[in-house]
Amino acid sequence: MMRRIIYAHPAPFFVVILLVLWQIVFWLVGPNALLPPLETGLYLARLLQTARFWGHIFETGAAFVIALAIAVVAGLATGLALGMNRTMAEAFEPFLLAGNSVPKIALYPIVLLIFGIGMPAKIAFGAIHGVVPVAIFTLTACNNVPPILLRAAATMRLKRWDMIRSVLLPAALPDIFSGIRIGFSLTLIGTILGEMFGSQRGLGYLLMTAIGLHNVHVIMSVTLLLVLVAATANALLLKQDRRLRNPGGSPQEPG
Amino acid sequence: MRIALYRLLAVLLPFSILEILCRQHIIKPLILPAPSRILFGLWSVIAKGTFNAAILKTLANVGLAIVLSIVVGIAAGAVIHRSRYLRALLEPLFSTYYAVPIYAFYPLFIVVFGLGDAPQVLIGFMLAVVSMIVSTLAGLDSVPAVLGKTARVMQLSPVKTLRSVTMPYAAPYLFTGVKLAVAYAFIGVIGAEFIMSGTGLGYEIRFAYDNLDNDVMYPLILLILVIAVAVNMILDHWDRALKSRRERG
Repeated sequence: MMRRIIYAHPAPFFVVILLVLWQIVFWLVGPNALLPPLETGLYLARLLQTARFWGHIFETGAAFVIALAIAVVAGLATGLALGMNRTMAEAFEPFLLAGNSVPKIALYPIVLLIFGIGMPAKIAFGAIHGVVPVAIFTLTACNNVPPILLRAAATMRLKRWDMIRSVLLPAALPDIFSGIRIGFSLTLIGTILGEMFGSQRGLGYLLMTAIGLHNVHVIMSVTLLLVLVAATANALLLKQDRRLRNPGGSPQEPG
Repeated sequence: MRIALYRLLAVLLPFSILEILCRQHIIKPLILPAPSRILFGLWSVIAKGTFNAAILKTLANVGLAIVLSIVVGIAAGAVIHRSRYLRALLEPLFSTYYAVPIYAFYPLFIVVFGLGDAPQVLIGFMLAVVSMIVSTLAGLDSVPAVLGKTARVMQLSPVKTLRSVTMPYAAPYLFTGVKLAVAYAFIGVIGAEFIMSGTGLGYEIRFAYDNLDNDVMYPLILLILVIAVAVNMILDHWDRALKSRRERG
């Protein structure tokens, strides 16, 4: 009985286990370092009733949305440009993969020197984090499009743009969407990191000042909020992702 | 040949354009010193050895995070693979893990573990270990069930089964996991040093930035990029060599 419930709904069950673990860790390390789950939730709820906190949220949200838009557009453009030309793809794919393994946080001072402290720096930093996975997934997606579709498009003498719009993009969409999903979370991380160093507003800034003041209440609540938002968004995107990959809607074992 | 030429161009062209722009002071040296100057600075930083302690510290922490995440990741992957139950339970963790900003936990780690090396290593480990677990699971999944049965019929010892049945199938996946783990460990450790710590390359860059010391900052940033890209390229090369040997064998 229990087992069947877990198989059917692993996610809520997992959340319960996490909460229990959290409470146990709290008992172990004491109130100086952590807050228990319930208290964190209540404090977050209190924060969410203040206008100042929403100001920080909107600031982060605006930076994130713009950064994501830039990352997706630039990533798609790069991925498509490389994906449509074998030689280019072979020549530049290693650059993309290397870009993925670079700790981008080290680039932060450069971004800050170019853009100065404020919104543009945050956006740039978020976009830097998000653009690489979108480009890599788009490139891979283009390479995985069945060649027969491309040949059919060539036979029908489709113009380049028509070919992209009506053959390449639809065929590659599931993979591209996975890239956007991963780009989404990395852009969020990048934006928050950007705010931690070069900003006077936003959730990252709040986190950084709270670290400085050793304000465990704020650290825990903001962390909780970020994790909740990121996990929820990812779950929704993942659902859409699976739907795209499996349009018939027949349930399929993952993996 | 043509591909190598393209790659060379892709590196040299931006560099020379930047060089010209910097020399003409169109880009101010306060923002970006000329690339040649950064390269020279990197050489003198290494030659002088001022930052050797920081470099060693970072590499040691990254190494520790890599080893820990590989060992723990493979062990955890093997255990989770055995239990369908555990796997169903942990599936939501694997699919959302990398969406969560792990750095957000760093302040908590500092509060819990203090400002030593432990929080940095832990961040690197946490970023790396899950990709190792997922790769291990994928690797073990790739072993055909019939071969596992054959091994049992032939009464192979666990060690022998591992060597002649499991590893040949799982190795490529494990290698992918290792590659990811290495990249994540670098990102995690250096990021953590950057956010808040008293040692390491990330800290030195931050310190140089706060003092507007571009002659130190840019060479160190370049050093991190070079190390990360070089390690990645070596692993990639090795991976390819293993793959082609497997295909020929």
